[in-house]
Amino acid sequence: MTAPLLEIDRLDIGFGPLSAVRGASLQVRRGETHCLVGESGCGKSVTALAVMGLLARNATRNAVSMRFDGQELMGLDEKAMSRLRGDRMAMIFQEPMTSLNPAYTVGSQMAEVMLRHRGGTRRAALDRAAELLAKVRITSPGMRLGQYPHQLSGGLRQRVMIAMALMCSPELLIADEPTTALDVTVQAQILRLLADLQKDLGLAILLITHDLGVVARTAHHVSVMYAGQVVETAPVADLFANPMHPYTRGLLSCVPVPGKVRPGDPLGSIPGMVPRVEHAFAGCAFRQRCDLARPDCAGTIPRRDFAPGHDYLCQIEPAALVTA
Amino acid sequence: MKPVSKLGLWIGAFIVGFTLFLAIFAPLLVTHDPFAQDLSRRLIPPFWMDNGGLTHPLGTDQLGRDYLARLIYGARISMLIGILTMVASGLLGTAMGVIGGFYGGRIDDFVLFAITARLSIPLILVALAVVALVGSSLTVVVATLGLLLWDRFAVVARVATMQVRTLDFVAAAWAAGCSRSHILLREVLPNILSPLAVVATLEMALAILLEAALSFLGLGVPPPLPSWGLMIAEAKDYMFFSPWVIMVPGLSLAVLVFGINLLGDGLRDLLRTGRTT
Amino acid sequence: MKTPLIEVRDVGQRFRVNSGLLEKKRQVVAVDGVSLKLMQGDVLGIVGESGCGKSTLARIILGLLPPTTGDVLIDGQDLSKLDRKERARLVQPVFQDPFSSLNPRRLVRDIVALPLHAQGDVTSAEMRKRVDTMLERVGLDPAMGDRFPAQLSGGQRQRVAIARALVLRPRIVVCDEPTSALDVSVQAQILNLLAELRREFGLSYLFISHNLAVIEHVATEVAVMYLGRIVERNDTASLFHAPKHPYTKALLASVLTPEPGLGIPETGLGDAMPDPANVPPGCRFHPRCPVAIERCGREAPAITRVGNGITECHLITSM
Repeated sequence: MTAPLLEIDRLDIGFGPLSAVRGASLQVRRGETHCLVGESGCGKSVTALAVMGLLARNATRNAVSMRFDGQELMGLDEKAMSRLRGDRMAMIFQEPMTSLNPAYTVGSQMAEVMLRHRGGTRRAALDRAAELLAKVRITSPGMRLGQYPHQLSGGLRQRVMIAMALMCSPELLIADEPTTALDVTVQAQILRLLADLQKDLGLAILLITHDLGVVARTAHHVSVMYAGQVVETAPVADLFANPMHPYTRGLLSCVPVPGKVRPGDPLGSIPGMVPRVEHAFAGCAFRQRCDLARPDCAGTIPRRDFAPGHDYLCQIEPAALVTA
Repeated sequence: MKPVSKLGLWIGAFIVGFTLFLAIFAPLLVTHDPFAQDLSRRLIPPFWMDNGGLTHPLGTDQLGRDYLARLIYGARISMLIGILTMVASGLLGTAMGVIGGFYGGRIDDFVLFAITARLSIPLILVALAVVALVGSSLTVVVATLGLLLWDRFAVVARVATMQVRTLDFVAAAWAAGCSRSHILLREVLPNILSPLAVVATLEMALAILLEAALSFLGLGVPPPLPSWGLMIAEAKDYMFFSPWVIMVPGLSLAVLVFGINLLGDGLRDLLRTGRTT
Repeated sequence: MKTPLIEVRDVGQRFRVNSGLLEKKRQVVAVDGVSLKLMQGDVLGIVGESGCGKSTLARIILGLLPPTTGDVLIDGQDLSKLDRKERARLVQPVFQDPFSSLNPRRLVRDIVALPLHAQGDVTSAEMRKRVDTMLERVGLDPAMGDRFPAQLSGGQRQRVAIARALVLRPRIVVCDEPTSALDVSVQAQILNLLAELRREFGLSYLFISHNLAVIEHVATEVAVMYLGRIVERNDTASLFHAPKHPYTKALLASVLTPEPGLGIPETGLGDAMPDPANVPPGCRFHPRCPVAIERCGREAPAITRVGNGITECHLITSM
């Protein structure tokens, strides 16, 4: 097996007294999509920003290591980081309008990325931009280059964002809720596009989402986050077939699946709320909401293996969970 | 939140509060009659200068009146005009802005026209003309300034109302069967007050400065009422030989306006953060 | 035959918008010739993409927006002739965004009491009792009544909005994307609560959502909207298992159910995004339709009855 392109080992992120991410580890391989799934505030977006070196100034970041293609990112200075950003690793966001500059045309913004990292002529950069717009299946790319972001629909803007992220042929693409703001039909088109691009270019994709449907259909591997921790990591089929962590199980039972839940029947739900997590927080953050909680859940929680590549963070042994 | 802005708020609140205290309790605080003239004791310097004494801590003016007493009574005039003008223009401007923003259409066109018309009027010139025509008195000054300074209230209230009007809780209040006046007064108005509070401080400072300017030109409150602007005007002939007579009211004016602006900035930050948390 | 609880008859809504300084005023067709019925105890789901007019339709039925054309009858009475108090006793809303739907300057207790307050004849002791009962019924501690909305979580706020909608015991609740802004686990709680309350209070829902899985779960009947028109309407099982209109088919195909291994579906839809300011001639779906024929660009299809439902498509009519 090849070495992962991105390897995060025990990442911690804090904001003042609060802990946003605690010991999160994950690996993304070339040609694979790794989904980071969880509810709002679970730390999935800040994890992505930490990889890109884009955390807000009041955040603290620590990790045992964070490697991109073997290169250690921790302690890399801003200059070296900005050389990587947009070149070998790129990011797309939920609302493309906030990441596109309304004052410049699509073409000049796309060309700018190329010129900054690779140099060359403006003409060549614009040709590359047109080629990529065609690649993300935008009709008449020549005309689109001269348009401003506000002249495009939401779906088109997200395609432009993807094309722009691909300008320097990145190896890693981080997508933070790329289809959440879009209609279902457009969402399917954009996700298909990402999957096709991955096949063509061998991209590694770190996809952040709260939508289990998106996870099921796009991911190769999945990490489930809860209250700043990765509580379960598994290959996608394994996760949906054998969810181990009680939170993962709860989350899966919350979504209506035709054929599994009869219309009108109550959906599964998770009682209570996510606790406020400070740095000294000990034990399992899910224990107050968990049916299976035991007294030792307040202690140190082990990471347990269920199957190859499938581990979870819980006090309860696999055998006991399978029958629970 | 930055601690600096908090500090500013406290300094501003202290300056404004202290001036207000002086204005309210003026008769209890002064030891001399601010109107009593004594030509034998004119232009006595304040206590920190040679020849100064504690009988007249801030000295006396060109007519021998106690300068501290006049300053304190002057604070009365400044605060009175500042507050009354702010209330009058605030009521007028907010009412126009809220009605324009809430109803839209023709009514809003009219409000916009009134705002534009008001903005095209040169402030000080019209104030001068009115006072010159009608004659100067406290009432005239407040009425004139009140009728001139409502524009910023109207602009801010109108935009804020247009934003709040489209929020779902207003739709929910309509659906709940609330009356139009209830929605205007209880749902919309409380939610536009924070930006208006900031405008109010700015307008109060402006009104105080305008009154000083009018008094300086001899068209503000009539003498012998001790307004700070009037004190500056009367002092300008003596400023080269007795600089304190112009420095004391001038500095007071500057400190008060500075304090009001600090208060406004502090309020803005306070209300903004209060919203998001 | 029973009178429907809501009867919408050929309703249309047009807006004029200024598009620019020198351009002409443009007309936006938000809703165009919509007719529908909601029977007592039913849940009518309305699905469609952004800009299809579903939220405008909700506002028309709530009486917040007088339609440009057509009438709305609520329990047999003309909505435009009802006074605001009578209307409030019949139909109440629950909106999408639990942050903008509660007045940030008021206590939760006063927010929930608002519809009672507007009736004008409820004593304050009675009001307090009914608000407490309602808060408890939606799963909130009555002590939360003394908090401001900013002190509550998204799910708790949506419970407050539901309590406000139900405190007058209306017969219809218009839910406009009530769970779209919520996290998955909270969404399930709110959907379960809405289902319980419907049984308990004998409510009927008009349930608007872009999430087809949610609609399939809650609705008894579904209407699919596209660019201001209902292109297909049927009972939920028939619509989801035997969709007729090509748009309904594409919409259903686009749903990503949480079932791994199925891959990402091909919708077959073109790129021409629907623009309510520029409605295409003929069938308004034809620029994106994968099976459009020449006739579709020329003439608008008529409403056709198919089984229990209706649809608008030349390919169905000619079959």
